[in-house]
Amino acid sequence: MTNVPPAPSSLTPAPPGGTAGPGRRGAGRARPPGRRRRIALPYLLLLPALLLELLVHLVPMVMGIVASFSELTQFHIRDWTGAPWAGFDNYELAVDLNRPVGEALLTSFLTTCRFTLLSVGLCWLIGTAAAVFMQEAFRGRGFLRALFLVPYALPVYAAVITWSFMFQRDNGLVNHVVHDQLGLGGADHTFWLLGDNSFWALLTVSVWKGWPFAFLIVTAALQNIPKELYEAAALDGAGTWQQIRRITLPSVGPVNQVLVLVLFLWTFNDFNTPFVLFGKSAPEAADLISIHIYQSSFVTWNFGAGSAMSVLLLLFLLLVTAGYLLVTRGRRHDDAR
Amino acid sequence: MPASTHPGTHPGPSSRPRRRPSPRPRSALDPPASFRVVRAVFLTLLAVFVLVPVHVMATSSLKPLKDVAGEFRWIPSGLTVRPYIDIWHTIPLADYFVNSLIVAGAATVCSVVIAVFAAYAVSRHRFRGKRLFTVTVLSTQMFPGILFLLPLFLIFVNIGNTTGIALYGSRGGLILTYLTFSLPFSIWMLIGYFDSVPRDLDEAAMVDGCGPLGALFRVVIPAAVPGIVAVAVYAFMTAWGEVLFASVMTNDATRTLAVGLQGYSTQNDVYWNQIMAASLVVSIPVVAGFLLLQKYLVAGLTAGAVK
Repeated sequence: MTNVPPAPSSLTPAPPGGTAGPGRRGAGRARPPGRRRRIALPYLLLLPALLLELLVHLVPMVMGIVASFSELTQFHIRDWTGAPWAGFDNYELAVDLNRPVGEALLTSFLTTCRFTLLSVGLCWLIGTAAAVFMQEAFRGRGFLRALFLVPYALPVYAAVITWSFMFQRDNGLVNHVVHDQLGLGGADHTFWLLGDNSFWALLTVSVWKGWPFAFLIVTAALQNIPKELYEAAALDGAGTWQQIRRITLPSVGPVNQVLVLVLFLWTFNDFNTPFVLFGKSAPEAADLISIHIYQSSFVTWNFGAGSAMSVLLLLFLLLVTAGYLLVTRGRRHDDAR
Repeated sequence: MPASTHPGTHPGPSSRPRRRPSPRPRSALDPPASFRVVRAVFLTLLAVFVLVPVHVMATSSLKPLKDVAGEFRWIPSGLTVRPYIDIWHTIPLADYFVNSLIVAGAATVCSVVIAVFAAYAVSRHRFRGKRLFTVTVLSTQMFPGILFLLPLFLIFVNIGNTTGIALYGSRGGLILTYLTFSLPFSIWMLIGYFDSVPRDLDEAAMVDGCGPLGALFRVVIPAAVPGIVAVAVYAFMTAWGEVLFASVMTNDATRTLAVGLQGYSTQNDVYWNQIMAASLVVSIPVVAGFLLLQKYLVAGLTAGAVK
């Protein structure tokens, strides 16, 4: 099926920053005659990728940082460089907890943290459990695996629109089941997309959409465990549960480090789910940071403040990622000793 | 609980199981009842959780409007294919479909080609700045999309004003944006894949007279087809499902499905049956493609992301 031999290093995830094997062999020694061309070649191959990354990611990022120091509003869209300089005003506005903007930003940030922790935790738990339970063949496994990948494959908006239909107050499935069929929650139908409940509605959709990715990655990791380990353990009398605890779970450990980080970044930055579920302004209980910044910039047309918030968000994510990599790498180093 | 020797310690080779092992080594093949029960319960609940929205999407798309406007019914009172006809008239769905196809298709093709070259360079060549390149490319993965949205919006508007090249509101601008979204992941995954192709193979090809590009096209790419397919699927899904940039960077003529689908809500009515029918129609190409190619994707992830 695949040309990939089970790599011995397959259980050690490459840290973002790629320790992707440098081509030590072949290059380096005994340079062939066409040496000049050989040196230029890799750069030529990289050029399109580099240009695009510059245009779409790096230049906008620098611009965003510059814009965060200016009073950029709708009047300066035609010539953004003409926007008056604001110094740290936008940042002060964003972090000043005594004013509505800063207070709302903090609330939104805390909501996002709570949401991300719960969503990543649940996605990881469900995905890992499903992968472990489906490691061994049983009747219907192929069908189930295909089914479980459906939420991942569905376009976000199609899936989230369906959920928003299910959460409708009067004609939704959720209230029909909770109130009409189970008789829970009193006579009045619950609002799911307004007020405090919106947090749980959002979390449900996020987990539904997100866990198959964890399932996919953990399944891939489990395929790399040599069968002999299980056979040896079975010969030694270890039961299925013991094998799971002592072989399966420890083997996916290193993969989890990358998986959790990726899930964290995706969930924290997720815009699509709340945007399709709630529209341009989410209820306060589910006001995730990306929607909040979107609203500050494109609805109230204050690009300067929006940029400052984006930069703060980026700094936070950088800090968390760096800390996370330090901790997990440090631990892996300990394991190796 | 199955026969275990010392709970909590790894049974050594000399420890004797309480029960005689069956002739076939007791292994993954016959798990105990407790495992099978927990597995059955868990997987059933999970399947229900996954299926309910799919069921709602499918059945509601076949209901008359009065059925989806009233109390929810698990089983429709009457079936009609009317929504599937109406979806094309209520909003210009066909136009949105074409826009999405063009944008996602072009972004996928460009992203795969560019990623193949970049990954080949990183996998097979030594050059200065390699580490900087991989780190930069990968770290863009973590940036919030909202951070690029504002400046990119300004860049596109300003390029339009000064040069007359309409990027803002055009498909080209969206294609350009989307192809960079999947690029970092594609490059990363393909590096892993190319690394797994034995270097001796393309070195042999070069000895036989191929240039480095000849070796790439004749040896490395054919050997890495599963990885390339996986990357293409990923790029297409990313572009097909993107909402944020599509909602800011498109106009009436270039709107994609991601934004267009919201048009089924009018002032008075929300045509839920049509929304569900349209959702199903736009989902089928991606879900079908994905399920057909899922083996490649899992293999690709094994080689790339899980390394």
